[in-house]
Formats: sequence, C-alpha cells, structure tokens
Amino acid sequence: MDYKNSEAAADATLGSVHIPGPRAEDRMPDTVTSAAKIVIVGGFGVGKTTMVGSVSEIRPLTTEETMTQAGIGVDDDYGSDTKTATTVAMDFGRIRITDELVLYLFGTPGQERFWFLWNGLFEGALGAVVLIDTRRLEVSFEVIGRLEERGVPFIIANNTFPDGPRYPTDELRGALDLDPHVPIIECDVRRRASSRDVLLTLMRYLHEMALHPA
Amino acid sequence: MSPRPPEPPFREPPPQRERRTPTGDGKPVDPERLYVITGGTDGTERAPLDLVTLIVARGDPPPSAPPEQAAVLRMCRTPLSTAEISAYLNLPFSVVTVLLGELLAADLIQARAPVIRGAVADRSLLEAVMHGLQKL
Repeated sequence: MDYKNSEAAADATLGSVHIPGPRAEDRMPDTVTSAAKIVIVGGFGVGKTTMVGSVSEIRPLTTEETMTQAGIGVDDDYGSDTKTATTVAMDFGRIRITDELVLYLFGTPGQERFWFLWNGLFEGALGAVVLIDTRRLEVSFEVIGRLEERGVPFIIANNTFPDGPRYPTDELRGALDLDPHVPIIECDVRRRASSRDVLLTLMRYLHEMALHPA
Repeated sequence: MSPRPPEPPFREPPPQRERRTPTGDGKPVDPERLYVITGGTDGTERAPLDLVTLIVARGDPPPSAPPEQAAVLRMCRTPLSTAEISAYLNLPFSVVTVLLGELLAADLIQARAPVIRGAVADRSLLEAVMHGLQKL
C-alpha cells in the first residue's frame, strides 16, 4: 500500500480543482487605477442585498470582519470583562465606470449597529443610500441618525412594496425629520434600472453639494 | 346617500424620527464633503488598506511563497480590491490586510489607493461616475 502517493494525488487533485480567484469575466483590466465606494444601509430585510445584486456587474461577493468590543453585547451583566466577538458580513458588488475607475457598492444583511465599527467604511465612502420600507419605517431611524452623526451624505430610497403604506413625500420627510434638500426617491431594487437611478440620484446630490458647499 | 369614498391608504401617520447632528467624537467629520485620492502607491508613508484599495501583483509568486501569498499573487495578476481578495480567500478582512502588508513589505504587490471623501474637491470624479452609471 502506498498511502503517501495517494495523499499526494489527492492534494494535486484538490489543487487543480480549486484555485481561488475571480472568474475570467469578473477580472478587471489593468488600466483600472482607482476605486470608490458607496454604502447601502437600512434595516433588516429592506432589500440591501437585492440592490447590490441588481446593479453589480460581477457576481456579488461577501467579505466579513470579526468585531471584538468590550461591553457591546446586550447581556453584559456578568462582570466587566465581557467581550463580544461578532462576525459582520457585507455583500458587495462592482460597476465599471471608466477604463480607470470602478465603483463598489457595499450592503450588509442586518446588525447595523456593528457595521459602524468597521473603520473607514463610512468615512471613506462617497455617500450612502438609506433604503426604507414604509411598512417598517422605524427600522431605518438608527442608521439615519448614525449617518447624521458622522456627517456622511445620504439619500433616501423608498423601496416600494404593494402592501406598504404610501405616504406623500412631505409627510415622509417630516416623519424622517430630514432637511428639505435630502432627496427621497421611490424605487424597486429588484430592477437594475431602478437601482441605477437611485445611485444616480445620490451622485447628483453629491455633485450639487460640491457645487454649493453648505 | 352616496357611498363613502375609499379611505386613502395613508390614513395612519408614520412613526416619527428625531434628527441628530454631527458629533465629531474624534472621527474626522468633513463638513465640506469633498473628495481626495489617498496616499501614494510607493511612498514611504503607507496609507492603511481600504476595502477598495486595488492590489496588483508585481510578478509571479516566488517558489518560496507560502500558499496564501501565492494565492493572492495569482488572483492579483489583474487588479482586485482587498474586499474581493477577502471574499475569494474566504478570510476576514483584517487577516487579509496583514497578509497584504507582508506582500507590500516584500515589494511583491502594488497598492492603488482608493478615492475617498476628503479634502480636495473633485466634481469631475462625480461627473465621471454619473456618466458611467448612465451607461449601465
């Protein structure tokens, strides 16, 4: 019997079957010199991952980070050294803008209080899209507040559902307590054109701010 | 007596949020919301790796390279963001940044800095993004 050889053969097979990396169609040309990012935020289940998938030109991917912070757990009644490690996952996609520039979109499935710990995610982003669902408007309050605290520019994208209450824009603006200049747009994030229009609305808003700084 | 008109579907008022203001708790809050390209690609001061810093291999993996390093060098024959490397290697982002730090120190990869919201106005960048999105 020759275990050594069979192991080597198994290793060689594994090696040839799985080489990690992008599919040929997901590779980008060497001319790309820089990348920018946009973050899609909102409460659990409002369609962030759907939106990333509908506009991305690559198969959406997931990156994750392990966050460790003392006292962030909900039940830290058992002494002072409770440390909670949480894995925060983010789905992301990519859009080619020019031969030199690509745009990344990051969304995350839930646990929004943790992803604000992800250093540089919001500070470095061009801006944010807050997806809302009028059936559960209040789930977006926390993330909007966090963006305001950090001075991250954002727009509101109302991902409409047939059974969701329809509020006039003014009433929605009042309920969300937004400045008059913050855009509110209706969308259906399952549709690529609709998701693209949301991103365009954000970019026009950022452009307007660059022209007329507050 | 005419039938009662249907109730509008927005009879119940929506829940009410309260606005917050920037805290500036040690985090740089930039009121002008402008844009900058961070750091150089081969300067001595190395900017921290961002999720969208693009990594490109300078060449084929040397025979001495450990498997993870060799994997990074192979997948980065064309530019890839650190987020994509993390996804393809199935490793947490912080682990990948350590790995990439070693490769940068050994001069086996090149890092292309991201465009971030920062101190220098760049409307042309936003215009380029709008133009690119319109083609989507």
